[in-house]
Amino acid sequence: MIEIKDLHKSYKMGSNSLHVLKGINFKAEEGELVAIMGSSGSGKSTLLNILGMLDVADEGEYILDGVPIKDLNETKAANYRNKFLGFIFQSFNLINYKNALENVALPLYYQRMPRKARQEKALKYLELVGLKDWAHHLPSELSGGQKQRVAIARAMAAEPKVVLADELTGALDSVTSYEVMDLVQKINDQGNTILVVTHEDDIAHMCKRIIHLKDGVIEKDEKVKQVRASEYV
Amino acid sequence: MKFIFDRNTWQEIFGSIRKNKTRTIITVIGVLWGIFIYIALSGAAKGMDNGFEKAFETVAKNSMFAWAQRTSIPHEGFKTGRQLQLKVADASVIKNRIPEVQNIAPLNVRGVFGDTPATTGRGLKSGTYTVWGYYPVYSKITAKKIFDKGRFINEDDIKQARKVCVIGERTLQELYDKDEEAVGTFIKVDNVYFQVVGVHKFTPTTPFDADGDIWIPFTTYKKLYNTGENVSFFAIAAYDDVDVIEVEENVLKVLRSTHRVHPEDERAFGSVNLGEIFGRVMGFANGITFLSLVVGLATILAGVIGIGNILLISVKERTKELGVRRALGATPREVRSQIILESVFLTMIAGIVGIILGAGVLSIINTLTKDNDNFPFTNPTLPIPYVIGALLIMVILGTLIGLIPAQRAVSIKPIDALREE
Repeated sequence: MIEIKDLHKSYKMGSNSLHVLKGINFKAEEGELVAIMGSSGSGKSTLLNILGMLDVADEGEYILDGVPIKDLNETKAANYRNKFLGFIFQSFNLINYKNALENVALPLYYQRMPRKARQEKALKYLELVGLKDWAHHLPSELSGGQKQRVAIARAMAAEPKVVLADELTGALDSVTSYEVMDLVQKINDQGNTILVVTHEDDIAHMCKRIIHLKDGVIEKDEKVKQVRASEYV
Repeated sequence: MKFIFDRNTWQEIFGSIRKNKTRTIITVIGVLWGIFIYIALSGAAKGMDNGFEKAFETVAKNSMFAWAQRTSIPHEGFKTGRQLQLKVADASVIKNRIPEVQNIAPLNVRGVFGDTPATTGRGLKSGTYTVWGYYPVYSKITAKKIFDKGRFINEDDIKQARKVCVIGERTLQELYDKDEEAVGTFIKVDNVYFQVVGVHKFTPTTPFDADGDIWIPFTTYKKLYNTGENVSFFAIAAYDDVDVIEVEENVLKVLRSTHRVHPEDERAFGSVNLGEIFGRVMGFANGITFLSLVVGLATILAGVIGIGNILLISVKERTKELGVRRALGATPREVRSQIILESVFLTMIAGIVGIILGAGVLSIINTLTKDNDNFPFTNPTLPIPYVIGALLIMVILGTLIGLIPAQRAVSIKPIDALREE
């Protein structure tokens, strides 16, 4: 599903150049639940941004579902993101003047889906994350965990090939974190490919595979025995 | 184009407009004020234009007056400074020699140019009033409004030198009791009894017109004051399609030749050209119209710039939201179109409300000034092309000004937008 080869990325800071990714290689198959771990500055967010086509690598190949991702301009990237990727952010990034349903329906809007179909589908995904009754509430009326579940529904609504989650539990307490992870696991059980960037060990161990990043290289890539979040809930 | 008519697009736009109502309203007021000023000013200018037009409708726009003065150049053995005197016969000479002249009326007057006005009395009341000797044709040059039941001087009055008169409003007020019927009664003008045949409304068409005066037939005037063939001045109207300035020059030329005055003696005869004055006044009105257009458009521009400014701030505030949208698959084009459309939409709403308000104010002014003839203001309308033009300008400006925040919105990379806290 995802294949990256020899990925390099450096940031220019004035006259200095900061080499963040120093040749990353990995493959993720369909249905995997991968955690990318590393301390801050290890390059995990940069990697995720490149995978999310929010940023461009300096060097290396990136193949997503058999499509080589290269020569991106903003429009092309936008279309790929819309078609292939779902995003879950640490700070939820819901649009605060839209209710839960509208937030979930937003990626479908950019797929030019008719309004009615859009709302039906959005409602279906809200139901999946258990927030059907909250469909018409604004983000400000939802708890952190609820917001993240709306965000997950939004990421899923477009039926992406891959869901990218950036510290999705970073703003949540541990109980809520486990609830959210439980949801992520359930979605993964249905065959969705999910990449989770985290620095929390317990969250990482709820995935099926952990990639440890350190100083821009993969230090360790291990399959782990998945801890079901439902055990904690 | 489909984008503009897409219901979804508008839902997105309404969503983001609704998000910040106060700011939106204040922004809209900026443009609304601009278009309001534009409509109100231009309409008022048009109303003034119409008002002047109406004020001049009582006088033939291509009319002129000519009178005699003293010569300033010696000619044919005459010394300089000879006092000239217009004669009734000059009228037919002018009419014959200048085919552009439609009507010419000799006038006599006393009480205007330093001579004594007529002492007029009725019973115990009396006063002194300017007396005019008129030909009926004069009413074709400057329209005279006679109140109901009365009439102007007619041909029979002239032929028989009847002792009839038309009196002014003030004359009526001073010589008659309130609500007293004047027509048919007699007044004594310089010891001669005249029957009043009409009361005229005061319409200031020449600088000498007054509200209190007495009009009598030219022939009667001649007998009363023993003026013979003398004429105080001529009122002349040219045909509508001729250049009255040229006619004016020709009239003076003819007068100079018949009165044996040096052809270049500019000071021998005086003249005033109402066509020219009318042209000047209308030029002034046009200037005002132009000025109001410029001011109005400038105000609109200021308002639209305000919208652009607010949208720029709004884009800055919404950086993160726009980043999220782009992460979810909004193309730069979609983001740009949305912001431009927002700008155009706000501008249009403001414009339409402004036009309605402006039209309302104009109609109020119109109602208030309807019955006031002294205030040159009539039917303040704005031509539809001006309104459409203004709307078009607003759409164009709205688009152009929207381009700035729109460009800014897409120039921020989604990753930077998302990173911003």
